[in-house]
This record gives sequence, structure tokens and C-alpha cells, in this order.
Amino acid sequence: MLETVQGARIGRGQAGARRGALSIAWRTVRRTPLGALGLLLILVLVFIGVFAPLIAPYEVNEFAGLPNEAPNGTFWFGTDKFGQDLFSRVVFGARISLQVSFLSVIGGTAVGLLVGSFSGYKGGWFDTVIQRAVDTLIAFPALILLLMIVRLMEPSLRNVIITIAIVIIPGVARVVRGAALAERNNQYIEAATALGATDGRILLRHIIPNMLPLAIVISTTLLGTAILAEASLSFLGLGIPPPNPSWGADINAARNSFPINIAQAFFPGLAITLTVLGFNLLGDGLRDVLDPRLRGS
Amino acid sequence: MLTYAIRRVVMALMILWFISVVVFILMRLMPGDPALLQQGISATPEMIERVNRELGLNNPIPVQYVDWLWGVLRLDLGRSVLSQQSVTDEFLVRFPVSFQLMALTLLWTVILGIPFGIVSAMRRNKWPDYVVRLTAIVALAIPSFWIATLVLILPQQQWGYAPRLDGAVSIFENPSQNLKQFIPPSLVLAFAPMASVMRLTRSSLLEVLRTDYIRTARAKGLADRAVVFKHAMKNSVIPVVTVIGLQVAGLLGGSVIIEQIFNLNGLGQYIYRSILQKDFAVVQTLVLYTAAAVVFLNLAVDLAYGWLDPRIRYS
Repeated sequence: MLETVQGARIGRGQAGARRGALSIAWRTVRRTPLGALGLLLILVLVFIGVFAPLIAPYEVNEFAGLPNEAPNGTFWFGTDKFGQDLFSRVVFGARISLQVSFLSVIGGTAVGLLVGSFSGYKGGWFDTVIQRAVDTLIAFPALILLLMIVRLMEPSLRNVIITIAIVIIPGVARVVRGAALAERNNQYIEAATALGATDGRILLRHIIPNMLPLAIVISTTLLGTAILAEASLSFLGLGIPPPNPSWGADINAARNSFPINIAQAFFPGLAITLTVLGFNLLGDGLRDVLDPRLRGS
Repeated sequence: MLTYAIRRVVMALMILWFISVVVFILMRLMPGDPALLQQGISATPEMIERVNRELGLNNPIPVQYVDWLWGVLRLDLGRSVLSQQSVTDEFLVRFPVSFQLMALTLLWTVILGIPFGIVSAMRRNKWPDYVVRLTAIVALAIPSFWIATLVLILPQQQWGYAPRLDGAVSIFENPSQNLKQFIPPSLVLAFAPMASVMRLTRSSLLEVLRTDYIRTARAKGLADRAVVFKHAMKNSVIPVVTVIGLQVAGLLGGSVIIEQIFNLNGLGQYIYRSILQKDFAVVQTLVLYTAAAVVFLNLAVDLAYGWLDPRIRYS
């Protein structure tokens, strides 16, 4: 009885798919309105980041006006102590922040996915070694680990990306390993083995593809974490070096400006909050749609 | 229970040993010659040679590692490469500051996070629930250093009031001054953990409320309040305790930024400054102790959890 009901539901789902992508999108929006709001926020930010040179009225490091101007008609967010337009800096900052977060999360998740899948599927001494390494890295407070690794290298955009990617790996590897361990016990894996599939083939064709939805869900939330990590590093003066604009560095500059210029701290921080909020909402929404197993966790 | 406890303790010690190796290697990889940093650019080769000998930097790396670890085990924290000051003395001054900051932060996390989580679950899908959930989602997205910066500079701009930022005063010497210094940073630091605890209390309580024994309690006519506080609370609070334990690692990281902003002379600020100055002797020891605190706290939480809920031990 139950199977018929489920069968009917699947049948309806396929019919829905035939009605086109638009109706799927609409149903997803109806199911997770907050997730859709997150997606909207992110799309707006990506748009701002991509078209930053067209949107920003001034160059990032252009001395556009008087120092420390309050927000007004010309300078929407005011100016900093050098007279640089803060609106333009926040707009270009979106480009840098998104670049750092996407690249570091893609890199970190990819490595974590490979290591975790292999570790969970193969087990044995490799699994033991990897798990102890993961335990070790997770025991460090993340920010302290970030600071130590970033200090090993010259300050640059690329090195900040590498550092954040490294710090992301252990968490992803742990979650994926758990899921791969469960996946390994499925009968279809046994069937594939019986048909003579090699370990490499099973990993590439079965385990890793089945871990992908999970990895996508984790990485969406990690994008927000990466934004915060970059902003924290830049706030502490160890992130992206000038002349690149960075939201975190601008907030730090506001702290030491004289006279106090609250707009210089307020707007970059608002940008960080909205970006992280967007990624978190989108991550929650994706979790509900893609991976019901994680719901409520 | 005993075998479970022994297994967990052995694992914790192993992790600590790994951590010591990782920290030691990371610090040796860091570019820059400590002796040169200490003596300045005008140092002669003889001076550098002398400093290297004093610091034991001419010894083979494994010997240096064993010397360091032996010192750490005897609670001898060594000396700063730069200032030559004893790390132990510095630690004893700074530890109470960080401890108080952490304790207050955890206090806010518990007394605000858990009650609001309960309210949210009891009024599910009513406006109190929406308010709590929205607050939690937003609080998780706000960078603590942004709020901290605004908290410091807003009164300065509006009323010309600048709080004193000249290091922490002991609570025993001047309690009101001490609380003025610690309450704002601890509230700021509590933002994110409070939000996690709210969300988790809500989902955990909702899960318990769906179980059979709660339905039985309801069926025999107990009021909502009695069902939640007498029956559901005990079981739903267990995962929350674990997560509070896990939050501490994040808080130690967050305290690095917050102590720096509010100029509280705690361990976070010490670690940050030492990383900036590449003072490896200080960093490797402090980071090891920090990680040890995290590992043992999680161990304690796990053991408590296994004791409270025997099902955990066998998984």
C-alpha cells in the first residue's frame, strides 16, 4: 500500500519535471521561502561583484572627496579618512569577498570530499590516520589555526584563499566520511563488487556522486564561514593586503579613524552580515530540498 | 563505563600528542630567525650565535622538540624569545582575564539561549517562535568584531564617551569597574553561541515532544508546562550540553579578536601578539595548552554524556 502511494507521488513528481524548470523553481520557492530569500541575496551580491566597475562611481583607491564625510547624495556611504568613496569600496569588496569564499570553499570541499569518501569507503589504516589527523585539526580553535597558517606565508590574496581552504578540509572530510561509511553498506555496492568493479571505479562512479548533494549542502554554509574568516583575518591585519578593498580591513580602519567615522564601520559590516545571512539561508533551504537526512541538525 | 572512559582518555592523550607535533612543526616552518628578531638588524653573527645557543636553537630539531615537551609537561612554559620574560608569569596574569571573559560568555549563552529556545518550541509557529528563530539566524551571520567595533565607537561619536581601554581590573579590587569592562565584550562574544543554543534547544525539545512517553504524559492530563519542565526538559537538554562544550573552541578563537578590540590583557591577545611577532616559544606553548583545554573539555562532556545516557557508550 505504502509503495503504491510513494509510487504515485514519484509519478506526479516526474510529471511536474516535464512541466519545466520554472514550475520546479516555483515549488522550491514555496517550500523554502527563506532559502529563496537567501538565493536572492546571493544573486544580487554576485551581480554587484561581477559588475563592480560599472556600479561603483569611483575607483577603489581614488581620492574622491574630503576625508571622513558623512553619507550624502554624492557619497552614499560617506568617505574614509583618505577621502575614498566607501560605497565604491564596499561594492569592490563584494568582488574580493566572493572570490575568496568561492575559491577557498571549492578547493577545501573538493579535497575534503575526496579524502572523506576514500577514508570512509576503504577504512583500514588510512582511515585511522586520517581520522586522527582530523581530530587534531578540529581541536584547534579555527581562528588561531588560520592565524598560524596565514603567518607561514607572505600576505596575499592567493595565500588567504589557500589558508581558508586548508582550515575547511577536516570538517568536510569528517562529515563525508560518516556518510560514505553508511553508503558502503548498501547492497548496490556489493552488487558492483560482485560484477568485478574496482575500488577506484566504485569510488568515482558510486560513492563520490552520492556524496555530492551532502557536499553541496555543507559547502553552501561554509561559504558564509569563509566570508567571516576572511573578514576576521583582514580585520586583524593579516588578511588581504592593500590596495585590495576588504570589508574586514575597512571596519578595522574605522576603529582607528579620527574623528570617529561610524559609517566606515557600519556599511562594510552590514555587507558581511547580509552575505553570510544569504549563504546560511540558502544552505538551510538546500539542506531541506537536497538532503532530508540532515533536516533539523 | 570504565573501559569506555579509558578508551576516551587514551584517545584524548594521543590527539594532544599529535597537536604538539603539528604546532611544533608549524612554528619551525615560520619564516624569520628568532635570534635576529630578538637582537634587531644590527646584530653581529656572534650575538646571534650566542642567542641561538641560549635558546637551544643549535640542537637538532628532535632534541628541541623533546626539551620543549618536557618543559610543557613540568608546567614550565619557557621564555619569550623576544622579551626574555617568563611565559609562566605572563600566563598567570592573563589567565584570570580570559577565564572571566569565557565564564561570563557561557553564562549569557545558557541563561539567554536555553529559555528562548524553550519558548520558541512551546509556541511553535506562533510569533514568539518566529521572532526567536529570526533573531538566531541573523545573530549567526553577524561578525562579532563588527558589533564590538560599533559598541565601542557609537558612544564615542554620539556622546563623546570613550570606555577605558587600559587593561582589565581584577574583580576583587574594583568589582564595578571590572564588570563595566567585562560585560560588553562577553555579551558580544555570546551572540553566536547563544543563537546556536537557541536553535538547538528548540529542535531538540520539539523532537522529544514527539515521543511516546510525552504523549502518555499529555494523555493523563498534565498541563503543557508540567509536560515540558518535568518530563521533556531532561532529555532535550543533553545534546545542548554537548554543543555548549563544543562552542568553547570557537570562543577561544573569538576571544582573540574581542580581547584585542577591548584591550583586555588575556591569553587571546597574548597569542595574537605573539603570532604577529613570530615569538614561537610563546605561541607553541599557549596553543598547545589551548588545544588541551578544548580536548579535555570535550572529553569531560563526552564522559558526562555517556554517564547520563548509557546508549551512547556502545556506538
